[in-house]
Amino acid sequence: MLAFLIKRTANAVFVMLAVALLAFVIFRFFGDPVEMMVNEQATQSDRAELRERLGLNDSFATQYGRFVVNAVQGDFGISYRNQQDVMVLIGERFPATFELVLVATVISLVVGIPLGVITAVHHKSRLANLLQLGSIIGVSLPSFVVGILLILAFSVSLGWLPAFGRGETVDIGWWSTGLLTPSGRAALVLPAISLSTFQITLVMRLVRAEMLETLRADYVKFARARGVPRGRINWVHALRNCLMPVITLTGMQIGNLIAFALVTETVFQWPGMGLLFIQAVTFVDIPVMAAYLLLVSFIFVALNTLVDVTYAWVDPRLRDDSVKAGGANG
Amino acid sequence: MTIRHLLLASVAVAGLAGGAEAQNVLKWGANRDIGSLDPYSYGDSFTINVLNHVYEGLVRYNADLEIEPALAESWEILEDQVTWRFILREGVTFHNGNPFTAKDVVASLERVSHETSPLKGNLPAYVSSEAVDERTVDITLNGTYPLLLNDLTNIHIFDQEWMEENDSLLPTDIGAGTEGYATYNANGTGPFIVESRQPDAKTTFVVNPDWWDEPQHNLDRIELTPVSSAATRVAALLSGEINFTNDAPVQDLPRLAAAPNVEVLEGVDLRTVMIGFPFRDTLSTGEPNPFKDKAVREALYKAIDLELIHEKVMRGKSRVAGATVAPPIPGYAEELDTVPEFDPEAARTLLEEAGVPEGLEFEFNCLSDGLVNEEQFCQAIAAMWSRIGLAPQLDVAPRAVQTPKRTGGTTDVYTLGWATLPMLDAYSPLLQIFHSKEGNSGVFNWGGWSFPELDALIQEAGQELDTETRLALETEALGIVKEEIIMIPLHQQPMAWAVTDEVTEMPLFPDNKPRLWFARVGSEG
Repeated sequence: MLAFLIKRTANAVFVMLAVALLAFVIFRFFGDPVEMMVNEQATQSDRAELRERLGLNDSFATQYGRFVVNAVQGDFGISYRNQQDVMVLIGERFPATFELVLVATVISLVVGIPLGVITAVHHKSRLANLLQLGSIIGVSLPSFVVGILLILAFSVSLGWLPAFGRGETVDIGWWSTGLLTPSGRAALVLPAISLSTFQITLVMRLVRAEMLETLRADYVKFARARGVPRGRINWVHALRNCLMPVITLTGMQIGNLIAFALVTETVFQWPGMGLLFIQAVTFVDIPVMAAYLLLVSFIFVALNTLVDVTYAWVDPRLRDDSVKAGGANG
Repeated sequence: MTIRHLLLASVAVAGLAGGAEAQNVLKWGANRDIGSLDPYSYGDSFTINVLNHVYEGLVRYNADLEIEPALAESWEILEDQVTWRFILREGVTFHNGNPFTAKDVVASLERVSHETSPLKGNLPAYVSSEAVDERTVDITLNGTYPLLLNDLTNIHIFDQEWMEENDSLLPTDIGAGTEGYATYNANGTGPFIVESRQPDAKTTFVVNPDWWDEPQHNLDRIELTPVSSAATRVAALLSGEINFTNDAPVQDLPRLAAAPNVEVLEGVDLRTVMIGFPFRDTLSTGEPNPFKDKAVREALYKAIDLELIHEKVMRGKSRVAGATVAPPIPGYAEELDTVPEFDPEAARTLLEEAGVPEGLEFEFNCLSDGLVNEEQFCQAIAAMWSRIGLAPQLDVAPRAVQTPKRTGGTTDVYTLGWATLPMLDAYSPLLQIFHSKEGNSGVFNWGGWSFPELDALIQEAGQELDTETRLALETEALGIVKEEIIMIPLHQQPMAWAVTDEVTEMPLFPDNKPRLWFARVGSEG
């Protein structure tokens, strides 16, 4: 098990280094941060001097090496544009993104699971077909379109919910939460729905597929023969057996949602990490872009590694090749 | 338990703050956030514009964009012609209560012109300053220089004691990776005080009851919220979540104008949109450069249907320009504001006579995030040039990508918008664009031209202290620019703000900067 852990961790570190390298290659095509930082009246020598001070004239390898060494120590430098420590900047935005993703995930489960069960149980009915059709629309509509439509309906026409922002927030230590104030909760509704549409569909389709299979299982038939009520069979016995893959998927999707929250955050001016990243791109704010990309890839890598390790712990055959071979012989 | 208590306390505080809400609130939805609370931290005119509500300069622009005294009451040029003496206003205090004195001015000027300051270019002639007494400051320049007052409108004055206490006498240095106290805190003399700031979410300002000037505005509070998505900004205005935006998207103007509670304020920006030519020996393709020939530049000028661009691309909202500066800019002259007749046939003949080969390829560099409808007018112009037998290769990309190509001279024909900010004088484009590239001059001379006669006029204007003579020199220089067709002026671009009916007064400034100390909000109930 220890050997497996070391191997997985080494893999993860390698992936992170590769991401940092890729990020650095991409930055070369983003343009020149100095041109965005100085004002119109700065002279050519001022610009050259600033470029030198920022270390932008150093070779690619030197810049990358310096970045990795600093990053390992948790030092990502300060933002060109905001003049703030990058980790503090990202730390300030993390709660906003996290709450959005959390609520979107809850919505996707609360709505997606029942819909999945209904479409599976009544898989020949008109309602189920309609829901299936709706789910295709849910998958194919881009989330910025969903966002704008929600704003038009609920903010402009009905005036029920705010079109942008996060409302009032309350600080608990370094964590700022919008869940404890009425305006914070109201502001969360539209972005969370918008972010969860794709996820709802995903959960619903997965639950449906699993349920269809489970409903054919012998124990369901026996339960039916024994006279257990329909509802109890579907919603308790069968559903429980479908939830394992849903939980795995949801866990893995959290990384995705954090990354995709970028679009939702831009539409709703949600002050999270995605919005920060978009602005960093516009202003060629390399320290912020680098830190964000690393953080998101870290979340992905960490979730994947965690899942792998859990699977290995559950299933000894996955631990390493020799055990696997031995298992096959036995 | 403790967390629970903390929570309750925080909620209680939030409730109190909500209850004490002021009556006249201007809710400003901007297209982006300010970079920081420190106006000297980043060369960004929007940040300086917003922070001008908190910090002030020695002089300022009035409602007609004329320079008037602000923190300085009067000034004179001493006998040596290079030292300016400013007498400061009495009885001015900073928001923290500290009195405003000469040493504050010296410390601020030193800070903005420090070598790590990205804004030192805003005070190009500055050498040193000295506090003669509590209320007198002498500023020494590197020569006779007529535009110091224009420069000083944008140099915000900080409190020296406050900077010293908080270790902020020097600007923040990104190279060294240090943060600054002034990035998070502000202490000016201006009409508004920063109350709170959440980057990318909201920055609130409350009125400064001790402001030295008689306020024309009736605001109690300004809430600046960045809303970067144009569609969301329009929605927020329609639903009344914001009552003012300084960037109403052009495509949504009819919709906003049709809404019963919204008023669109339209005007023409000071920014003149121009097309520049390369003057190097070869084009980016390696072929010989025909644009060095004035006849070729004239042909390209004649081939552009300026009226069509005005009507179709700019939807009739731009102002067709013949001069390279807008009418309100000192140095502008009406006789220079003429456009040649649109005549593609004559353009073709000119090209033939100049020996330009049919189907000449050259790069045409435009920004996707630059001027109003830039991508569209670039496409239109490229099509017009194709019609006279040229083959422009349109290259459209974001500013951050295009600027290195432009400054490095690896592209050919390009667009440029120039508003003469923050100077508001024709000297700004003359020095920065049209002068030969040498030393501090010609930073935006991307084509690499050099007209010695023009340079001499510009230098003379830059040392002429008599305003009338100076402006005559500038006009003469602009005449050479026009005569030689160094750049083709296209138009002054449109600008649009929008307010809801809560806002009763919002003067529109042609430099596209809101000055909310002139704004009024109708009291609700």
